[in-house]
Amino acid sequence: MNAPTGTFWPVGTVYGCLLNFRREWQHMGERMARAPHQAPPRAPVLYVKTANTWSASGAGIALPAGSDAVLVGASVAMVLGPRHWVSGADQTMPSVGAYVLVNDLELPGTTYFRPPVRSRCVDGFLGLGAHGVAPDQAADPAQFVLEVRINGDLRQTIRFDDLVRDAATLLRDVDGFMSLRAGDLLLLGCEADRPLARAGDHVEIAMAGRAAFGVLSNTLLAGPALEAA
Amino acid sequence: MKHARVAWSGAIWDALEHGPDQLRLSDGRLVAQDAVVWLPPLAPVSRPRTILALGLNYADHARELAFKPPEEPLVFVKGSASLIGHKGQTVRPHGVQNMHYECELVAVIGRTARHVRRDDAYDFISGYSVANDYAIRDYLENWYRPNLRVKNRDGCTPIGPWRVDAPDVADPMQLDLQTRVDGVVTQTGNTRDMIFDLPFLIEYFSAFMTLQPGDLILTGTPDGVVDCPVGAEVVTEIEGVGALHNTIIQGAACESST
Repeated sequence: MNAPTGTFWPVGTVYGCLLNFRREWQHMGERMARAPHQAPPRAPVLYVKTANTWSASGAGIALPAGSDAVLVGASVAMVLGPRHWVSGADQTMPSVGAYVLVNDLELPGTTYFRPPVRSRCVDGFLGLGAHGVAPDQAADPAQFVLEVRINGDLRQTIRFDDLVRDAATLLRDVDGFMSLRAGDLLLLGCEADRPLARAGDHVEIAMAGRAAFGVLSNTLLAGPALEAA
Repeated sequence: MKHARVAWSGAIWDALEHGPDQLRLSDGRLVAQDAVVWLPPLAPVSRPRTILALGLNYADHARELAFKPPEEPLVFVKGSASLIGHKGQTVRPHGVQNMHYECELVAVIGRTARHVRRDDAYDFISGYSVANDYAIRDYLENWYRPNLRVKNRDGCTPIGPWRVDAPDVADPMQLDLQTRVDGVVTQTGNTRDMIFDLPFLIEYFSAFMTLQPGDLILTGTPDGVVDCPVGAEVVTEIEGVGALHNTIIQGAACESST
């Protein structure tokens, strides 16, 4: 969709991150060592939320034909600011310009073996908070607590104090193999047990105790009927 | 026409091919092709472009890598920081054992594409280019494979030299591909051997993701990828579209194994 005026909208590439919550990692358990994975991941496991997925807060998000439910991946994105020269070093480092709420939707039933384009890059599948919040207003990311409500019911509380890579480590490790640019977004990951939502459901994501983030709110809409084969 | 985007004399220019050795800049001046710095031959876009790339899209290459051909497209996404122009340099990280090129036909989307039928697909392609979708296999992991550390590195996807207007490519599904490393032919193929051809791919992607003008589809590579050392000059060429040159250079330090 087109960029809405007066609200946050990405200008760079949006990178999501898999398995960055310890519980999510533990849920995989011994399956990590078996086929097709063979071993736990070493580097951060990333994916791209392409520009067609971006939805403003308040916008409806249509499910694709043939899908009646979607996993709600509440998270926080680091919005990258300008790169800066490291004092005494010979290279630049990224900086965090702001944090913003995201609703990273995925169709259920997809494995982690192949890139999740078919399940995660569906039109509209990334709700974006209306406001970026500057780091000095946002508190330490390890203190972030998100609340996910569906039709007003609290369905998930997400604490960011038990990550595989905390925000600074994730940023450093990702930037170690691909330079993040000003305007790029890097999500902190999604907690295990993402709630399912269905057409007609109203999903709200809020940062507990931090009203500056606003409430990221999206309604899921029924997709078009499947065409007869 | 063959479009380029170049840096010359302190500014960035749109340019057209003019004979074998020259370019015509957008203000009419002629400059020598070897006097410019080549950038990715893509018009700027108002939002980050979506860059889709196919894996295992030639049956022979799938066999080469010991995979059975996929039943639906194996697709991954790149960020635009991975793109670099013709005659650029791409870093081989210190200590890696297998970095190989991949010669690929690129389709450039020309119109907003949503729910496009394959019979109409070519109406949505404005041009073609050549990409070299380097992979560093040392970093492969079986999580969202091919993972971004393998495929989304800075400057690891040379593209160009030209963006050729679609009407100038009579049949994009009948083009010879060839890669030469230091002058030796190491990879040959023809786009007719794609498992999923462009009309299929446009229909498949546009069924769930709306493509916008300037978005790219890198269509995969055939059999014949080999490790390339530091200093190698790699030329990936597609009949009628262009010959894309790239030089592999040494990375500074060992990348942490994280």
